[in-house]
Amino acid sequence: MTEQLDAGLVAGEIAEHPDALSKPYAGGELGRGRRRKEDAKLVTGQTNWTDNITLPGLLHMTVLRSPMAHARIVSVDVSAALELPGVIAAYSGADLADVQGALPCAWPVTAEMVHPDHPPLAVDEVRYVGDGVAVVVARDRYTAVDALEAIAVEYEQLPAVVDMEAAIAEGADLVHGDKGTNTCFRWPFASGDNYAETVAAAGDDAVVVKRRFRQQRLLPTAIEPRGVVVAPIAAADEYTVYSATQIPHILRVMLALVTGIGEHKIRVIAPDVGGGFGSKLNVYAEEVLALVVAKKLGRPIKWTESRSENYQATIHGRDQIQDIEIAATRDGTLLGLKVELLADMGAYLQLITPGIPILGAFMYPAIYKMKAYDFHCTGVFTTKTPTDAYRGAGRPEATYAIERIMDELAAELGRDPMDLRKQNWIRHEEFPYDMVAGLTYDSGNYEAATEKAEQMFDLAGLRAEQERRRGDNDPMLLGIGISTFTEMCGLAPSRVLGSLSYGAGGWEAAQIRMLPTGKVEVTSGATPHGQGHHTAWSQIVADALGVPFEDVEVVTGDTDSSPKGMDTYGSRSLVVGGIAIHKATGKVLEKAKRIAAHLLEAAEGDVEFSGGTFSVKGSPEATMTIQQVALATFAAHNLPDGMEPTLDSDYVYDPENFSYPHGTHLCAVEIDSETGFTTIRKYVCVDDIGRIVNPVIVEGQVHGGIAQGIAQALYEEAVHDAEGNLTTGSLVDYLVPAAPDLPHFDTGRTETPSTSNPLGVKGVGEAGTIASTPAVMNAIHDALRPFGVRDIAMPATPERVWRALRHDDGTPRDASGTVAYGGPSTNATSGGTS
Amino acid sequence: MIPAAFDYVAPTSLAEAVSALSEAGEDAKILAGGQSLIPVLRLRLAFPSTLVDLGRVDELRGVREDGDSLVIGAMTRHSEVMDDPLVRQYAGLLAEATATVADPAVRHRGTFGGALAHADPAGDLAAVALALDAELVAEGPGGRRTIAARDFFVNYLETALSPDEILAAVRVPKLEGFWGVRYEKFHRVAQAWAIVGVAAAVRMDGDTPGGSIAEARIGLTNMGATPVRASSVEGALVGAADRAAVQEASSSVAEGTSPPSDLGGQADYRQHLARVLTARAVTAAAGLGG
Amino acid sequence: MRVRMKVDGVVYEDEVEPRTLLTHHLRDGLGRVGTPIGCDTSNCGSCTLLVDGESVKSCSVLAVQADGTEITTIQGLAEGSTWHPVQKAFQEHHGLQCGYCTPGMILAAVDLLSHNPDPTEDEVRHGLEGNLCRCTGYQNIVKSVLSAASEMRGDGPLPGSFQDAPAESHETAGASS
Repeated sequence: MTEQLDAGLVAGEIAEHPDALSKPYAGGELGRGRRRKEDAKLVTGQTNWTDNITLPGLLHMTVLRSPMAHARIVSVDVSAALELPGVIAAYSGADLADVQGALPCAWPVTAEMVHPDHPPLAVDEVRYVGDGVAVVVARDRYTAVDALEAIAVEYEQLPAVVDMEAAIAEGADLVHGDKGTNTCFRWPFASGDNYAETVAAAGDDAVVVKRRFRQQRLLPTAIEPRGVVVAPIAAADEYTVYSATQIPHILRVMLALVTGIGEHKIRVIAPDVGGGFGSKLNVYAEEVLALVVAKKLGRPIKWTESRSENYQATIHGRDQIQDIEIAATRDGTLLGLKVELLADMGAYLQLITPGIPILGAFMYPAIYKMKAYDFHCTGVFTTKTPTDAYRGAGRPEATYAIERIMDELAAELGRDPMDLRKQNWIRHEEFPYDMVAGLTYDSGNYEAATEKAEQMFDLAGLRAEQERRRGDNDPMLLGIGISTFTEMCGLAPSRVLGSLSYGAGGWEAAQIRMLPTGKVEVTSGATPHGQGHHTAWSQIVADALGVPFEDVEVVTGDTDSSPKGMDTYGSRSLVVGGIAIHKATGKVLEKAKRIAAHLLEAAEGDVEFSGGTFSVKGSPEATMTIQQVALATFAAHNLPDGMEPTLDSDYVYDPENFSYPHGTHLCAVEIDSETGFTTIRKYVCVDDIGRIVNPVIVEGQVHGGIAQGIAQALYEEAVHDAEGNLTTGSLVDYLVPAAPDLPHFDTGRTETPSTSNPLGVKGVGEAGTIASTPAVMNAIHDALRPFGVRDIAMPATPERVWRALRHDDGTPRDASGTVAYGGPSTNATSGGTS
Repeated sequence: MIPAAFDYVAPTSLAEAVSALSEAGEDAKILAGGQSLIPVLRLRLAFPSTLVDLGRVDELRGVREDGDSLVIGAMTRHSEVMDDPLVRQYAGLLAEATATVADPAVRHRGTFGGALAHADPAGDLAAVALALDAELVAEGPGGRRTIAARDFFVNYLETALSPDEILAAVRVPKLEGFWGVRYEKFHRVAQAWAIVGVAAAVRMDGDTPGGSIAEARIGLTNMGATPVRASSVEGALVGAADRAAVQEASSSVAEGTSPPSDLGGQADYRQHLARVLTARAVTAAAGLGG
Repeated sequence: MRVRMKVDGVVYEDEVEPRTLLTHHLRDGLGRVGTPIGCDTSNCGSCTLLVDGESVKSCSVLAVQADGTEITTIQGLAEGSTWHPVQKAFQEHHGLQCGYCTPGMILAAVDLLSHNPDPTEDEVRHGLEGNLCRCTGYQNIVKSVLSAASEMRGDGPLPGSFQDAPAESHETAGASS
C-alpha cells in the first residue's frame, strides 16, 4: 500500500474501524438467488407509501366524479361545500380552467390522429363515469369526503357510447361532438409479401381460418391505489411531488409541460410504490390537480385514491376486438396473417393510450415464419375510462390471437397443435431472424424450451389420458393447452420509438458513485414498484466492481438524487437500466485501472483486474483493491496529472434492439361439464429469458405474470351497462383471484443469452402474463372441441362454458365432433367467423 | 371511502339495546359484526342517523342447549359458530355452511344473527336456517316473539323484524339420529358470494349410512329474493337409495323459483345449477358415493 | 367518543368520531402507518391486523368497536429486532414483491397458524382467501407460510429459496428449473 493512503483524517478513522472497509468479493453474484434488500422494511411495516406521508399543515383533496357516462355540465355550485367547517377550498373545472392545462398523450400514432383536449377537471362535458368535475380541499380526509356531498352539479345527459362497433357505425352518437367522429386513428401496416396475393397464389392448396376474439376490458388493480402529495414552497415556485407512480422522471417533464411550472422547479419522488402493472405508467388528473391547487393555496396537498375511484379513474387495460385470419398450405406451412383490430381508447387519450395496440402489431406473427402480414388497427372513442398500458400492453392481446388461431388451424388441418407449431417456428440455428413484421429476433431456442416443458408436463401421458377419458365419456373434460410465445420487450431503441411517433426515447440512465470507504452508491432511472431493482442492481455492481453485495446501495425514484431516467415499464429495467449500470461500472473500472497503475507504478497495460483487486503482471506483491483505489482517489494526493479526483461515472444506455424472451407454457384443465366450472389441474412453463441475475426474483415475476394471465382467462372482466356504468365497480364484482383460485406453477428455464446486450439478459416482467392467457384458453377449447365448440369469450366463466356445451334450445351438445389429432384433415376449407 | 357521520350507542344489555333503538328513531341501524354494514356505509349507500352497536351485549353471544334445540345468540361470531362443539354435533350443516362465509377475518367479526337479519338471499346462512326449521327470537319494546324461519325472510334484504325489534337469538332444532349434511356452494372465486348454494341435510333409514333416505331438508341460496326451502324435492327424495333416484328427485328443485339474472349468471343457468348442486349435495350428505 | 386501546404494546386513549374506521384511527390518529388500505369493500385484506389475537380487516371495523382491545399490527409483530417466523419466512421464500399486501398477508398467516399449526398447502390457500396479492401469484406466499409453520412447530424452516453460497460461474451455469 502506498503511504498516502495511511495519512489523513479519513484514512485514520478507517484504520480505527476496520469493518468500515470491505470484505473481499466472493464472486458468483450473477445468477445467485440473493435475499432481497427491499424486504426488511416491507415485512416490518416500515414502508413509505404515498398515503403514509404527512407534512406540517397538510390538507386533503378529494375529487367529485361524474355519475354519468356522458353529459353536458350545466352548472357546478361549490358554495355550500365552502361553508362547511374545515373546508379550505373547492374548485370546479371552470374555476381551474386557466391553470389546469391538459393531460398529455405522448404517442400520436399518426399525424391525423384525433387528439381531443383532456382537461384534468371536466369543464363543459363529462365523458365517462368517474370523470372529475370538482375538487375539495379540507383540513382532514373525512371532511374532504363529506364536502363532496355539498357540491351541486346540474347535468344535461348526453348519449353514452359504449360499444366500439356501434361507435364507428354511420350516424353514431359522438363522444367528442366537435371532432365529428369516434374514430381516433386508423393505422395500417403491411409487411412482407402482399397477403391477399400470397393466399391467392396458393390456390386450392390454401387453408384459411378466421376467428373473432375479444380482449375484454380489465382493471389493473395494483393493490396500492394511487396517491399524490404535493409540498410547495410557493414563494419560490418550487414543488416536491410525491406520487405512487412508475414514472417519476417522465412525470416531472410532463407536469412542467402541463402546468407551465419550470421543470427545474419540480422534484418528483416515487416513494414505496405498491405495484403498478402499467396502471401507474401515466400522468393523471389528480397529479396535476394536486400540484395546481398546492400552488394556488401555498399549502401541502394530499390526495389518496379509494378502490372505487381506482376502478373509475385509473386506466383500464385491453379492450380490443380482433378479427384474425391465418392462411397456410394444406401441409401446414404458414403463408400469412391478416389482422383487423378495433381498440377501445375510452373517452380520452392518456399517456400512451393509442400506442398500446401498435405495440401489439409487431407481435402477431409471434415465433412463426410466414411471408405475408397485413395489419390494420382502428382506435375508437367510447364514453368509458381511458385504456392504456396493462401488463404486456398490446403483446398479450397479439399472443392470444395467434396462439388461439394456431390451435384452430391445427384442428382445421387435423394436426396436433404442437406439431403444427414445430413445423412453423424459427429453428434455433436460424437466429438472428428477420421477422415478417420487421423485427430482428436476436436469439432463441424454442425447441429446447418446448422439449423441457413437454417432459415436465408429461404431455404424452396427458394426451393418452385424455383419449381414454373421452372414450369413457367422462363428464369431467380434460383439456390440454399450449402457448408458445415470444415478445418484444426492453422498451426500447430510441430510434425505433421515433419511427413509431412515440414522444420520447427508450434509453436509461445510471450513475455509480464510489464513496471514500469503498462503498458504492448506484442511482438508476428505472424506478421499482415491487420488482427488486435494489437487489438486482447490487448484484450487477458487485459482480462488475468486485465489491461485496452488502456494500452497494441503490438510489431510485427521486428526481433529485437520481435525476435522469425513463422509468419502469415494458420489461425494460434490467435489459436497459441494468445494462446502463453495467456500462457505468465499466467506466469506473477503466479509470480506477489508470489510477491503480499510477499508484502501483506500473504500465496500465500490465495492470489486471479480478475479484475487486488490481494486480500487476509479473509482480504478485503489487496489488490494490478497488476500495483502496477509491480512497486514494478521494484523498487525491497522488493522481495522474490533470485527472479529476473522482471515480464516479454516468452512463446513458440506448439499446440497439428489443429483447425477445420466449417460452412454452402448457396447461391442463378439468372442466365440470355439468356446471361449466374450470379447474387448472397442472401448469408448466419453461421460460427463456437469457442470462439470469437473480433466479428467485425471476421466478417470482413469472408466477405473478401467470396469475394475471390466468385471471384474464378465467375471472376478470370490467363490465359496463348500456348507460356506460361500470357494473364491476368494486372487488365484490370484479373477481381478482385469491390463493385458492390459482394452481401451483411448475416453472423451468432454459438460457439462451440475448446477443443484443453485454449481459445477455432479456426482460421477464410481462412474459408470464403474455403466455398464460392463451395456454388456459387453448386448454379449455381443447376440452370442448369434440363438442363442436369454436370459441368461448374471456373470461371463460362457468356459465359461458356451460352454454357453449348446449345447443341454442338448451339441449346438451354431444361429443360426436371429436377431432383425432394427427388424423385425416376433415373438410379443410376456410372457416367462418364465430 | 369514508362513512357519513352518525351517532353511536353501545348498550351492554339487550333491554338497553331495545330502548336505545327505540329512542334513536327510524333512521337508526343496528350494528352487529359490521361486515356488510360498514362497507355499505363506506360507499355511502346508507346514511343511518345512529348506530346501535350490539357488540357489547354479552348475553347475545354464545351457544347453549335448550332441550331439543340449540340456542345461538345473535351476536355469536361465525368463527365461534363453525367451531362450536354443540353446533358441530347437532347442526353440522350450519357449521359447514358457516365455514364457507367470506374469509377468516370476516368470520371473526361477522355474526350469525347479523347475517340472518341482513337477509341477503346470496348469503349462505339463511338457506341453512330455513332448511333446519330454525326459529328467530326477536326482542322489541312489546316484548319477545319467536318467528319461524319460513316467515322471517320476507323479501330481498327484508325480514319480518319490525324497525324497533332486535334479533336476539336463533333456536335451531337439533338433528337427532344419523343425519348427513352438505353445503354445496358454487362461486367463481373463493371470496365471491354464492351464485347458487344448496344446503342439504338427510336422515337415512335405520339411522345408518347407506340404505335409503328417510327424511330430507333442502334450502337454496340465491334462487330468489329470499332463501328458498325446496319442500317438494324433500318429499320426492324420501326413499331414494341411489344416485339416479336422487338425481331424479332433484330435477324439479328449480320449479317455481325466480332466481336473479346478474353478473353471476342468468336465471336459467342458476336453475340448472340448483338441480345439479342439489343432487350433489344430497348424494354426498347421504353417503351415496361420488 | 373516547377510545382506549393497546396497540403494539402501547396504550393510547383518544377522542374519535364514531364513524372513524379503525384503520384510519391507527394511521392518521396514532401514526401507526404500517397497515395500509387497499379497498373499500373488505375484500383485499391489506388492512388485516390482529384484534385480541384474531385477524380482522381494520377497514371494516370502527375504532369505537375496538375500544378496550389489544391490537397487533405488522409494526408490533417482531420481538425487538427478532422477526416473527412468518416475517422471516416471507423474506426467505420471496413471499412478497411490492409488499403492499404483505402486512395483511403476514397477519392473516399468523392467525391461520394459531388455529392450525400444521396446515396443508390447500389449507394455507384457503386460510388466506381473504387477502389479495397482485404480484406473486401466491405460490411463494404459500411456501412462506408452510415454512413458518414448520419452524413454529419446531421442525425448522423449509429449505429457503435463496442461495447462501455464490452462484456457479456464470459461463457454466446451465439451465435450471
